[in-house]
Amino acid sequence: MDVIALSWWQLAMAATLVIALAACVYRARLGVGNALLLSAARTAVQLTLIGFVLEALFALGRPLWVALMGLAMLLLAGREVMARQSYRLRGGWGFAIGTLSMFVSAFSVTVLTLIVVIGPSPWYSPQYAIPLLGMLLGNTMTGIALALDRLSEGVRRERQLVEGRLMLGQSWREACAELRRGAMRAGLMPIINAMAAAGLVSLPGMMTGQILSGTAPALAVKYQILIMFTIAAGTGFGTFIAVSVASRRLFDGHERLRLDRLKTA
Amino acid sequence: MKTPPLSLIQLSTDLLQPVSLQIRAGEILCLSGPSGSGKSRLLRAVADLDPHGGSASLGAETQQTLRGHLWRRAVMMVPAESAWWHETVGEHLPKPMDAALGQLGFTADVTDWSIDRLSSGEKQRLALVRALAHEPRALLLDEPTANLDPDTTRQTERWLCEVIRQRALPTLWVAHDRAQIERVASRHLHIEGGRLNESAGGQNGWM
Repeated sequence: MDVIALSWWQLAMAATLVIALAACVYRARLGVGNALLLSAARTAVQLTLIGFVLEALFALGRPLWVALMGLAMLLLAGREVMARQSYRLRGGWGFAIGTLSMFVSAFSVTVLTLIVVIGPSPWYSPQYAIPLLGMLLGNTMTGIALALDRLSEGVRRERQLVEGRLMLGQSWREACAELRRGAMRAGLMPIINAMAAAGLVSLPGMMTGQILSGTAPALAVKYQILIMFTIAAGTGFGTFIAVSVASRRLFDGHERLRLDRLKTA
Repeated sequence: MKTPPLSLIQLSTDLLQPVSLQIRAGEILCLSGPSGSGKSRLLRAVADLDPHGGSASLGAETQQTLRGHLWRRAVMMVPAESAWWHETVGEHLPKPMDAALGQLGFTADVTDWSIDRLSSGEKQRLALVRALAHEPRALLLDEPTANLDPDTTRQTERWLCEVIRQRALPTLWVAHDRAQIERVASRHLHIEGGRLNESAGGQNGWM
């Protein structure tokens, strides 16, 4: 059941496919030829580097290094959440809300899953902890970014409506309840759709990887189900937290709508 | 029950110097001034919808002691452009307002009307009815008859004046039509160059 080792020249053969595609892109003047080659190169470099990092991490297996790696992943994800929003909260809130809600949701779900469900020993064993956290963060990040983007965009678009409700004496919570619900829905839709389509339309990447590396499909499927559930929980709770904190921040202590706290990216 | 007066205490916006004044129960203070002079901003500041200098009070309660939504439930602003979020008119009304609707010339089935088919004038009048259905203790009206024809304007004015007198509501009324100010105002202030000036006219109200 061993995996066939891939060597660099085998990857180079795959790379020629990308180069062929790039040639066509140039000829068709799509204007994304450079971007295509650049991001292909980035994939190769970034993944190679992360490979070294993971090798070192696995060799050491020390909790401190695993924690540091997790922290770095969290901060990068927080930055990414902020970068994906067209209107962000000023003064570090844009970054803090995304990072905080991912910390609360993705981190705790990962730790819970490691300790209670999978149970490797030690529980922080990087072989389990890092991929699990990575998948959770990646998906939570998408959900939270979508939800926050929907919220700030919606509140800008429907300013008159929100303020009209405020003028009639509604609390900030009532005045933006619809927008909050819409934002939370937007954050949850990707994982709901992914769970509904799993196995029918697409074979999830992690399961495919495990099968390629020789895991029995039945076991790979169990892991995939576990991952889907944890992603759903992580994304869902993360979205709830992010939307709650961000919508509170859009109003001040006098329950005034403060669009001046948003800035364009 | 005695209605308390609405007081502005050194209230200022970025367009307006600090202003202190008191509007007594049932008094209509008309506010006029060129467009862009900050009339709506002043109303928004009194409703505490924007950050501003100074404060406002309604009797013993101030913008600082009441939570935002409770302040606005008491001191209710009706904007020139009203916002509607449910399907029908009736869903927006916290209680039946048949008498008011009738006095404004609406038929009884207006509550079933869809928001989409309302004209801007109908929206404006219904927004006034909706606000009064929430039983505020002071009113801030931003050009309440801007989209109305002369007859409807007079009808709406009469109804508003009657309700304001009946409920003894201190009222700040932004208007630009001189004749209207003459008709409704107990007092008239004019905004000019960031200042509020007492105007000569408008003293012949019913107070």
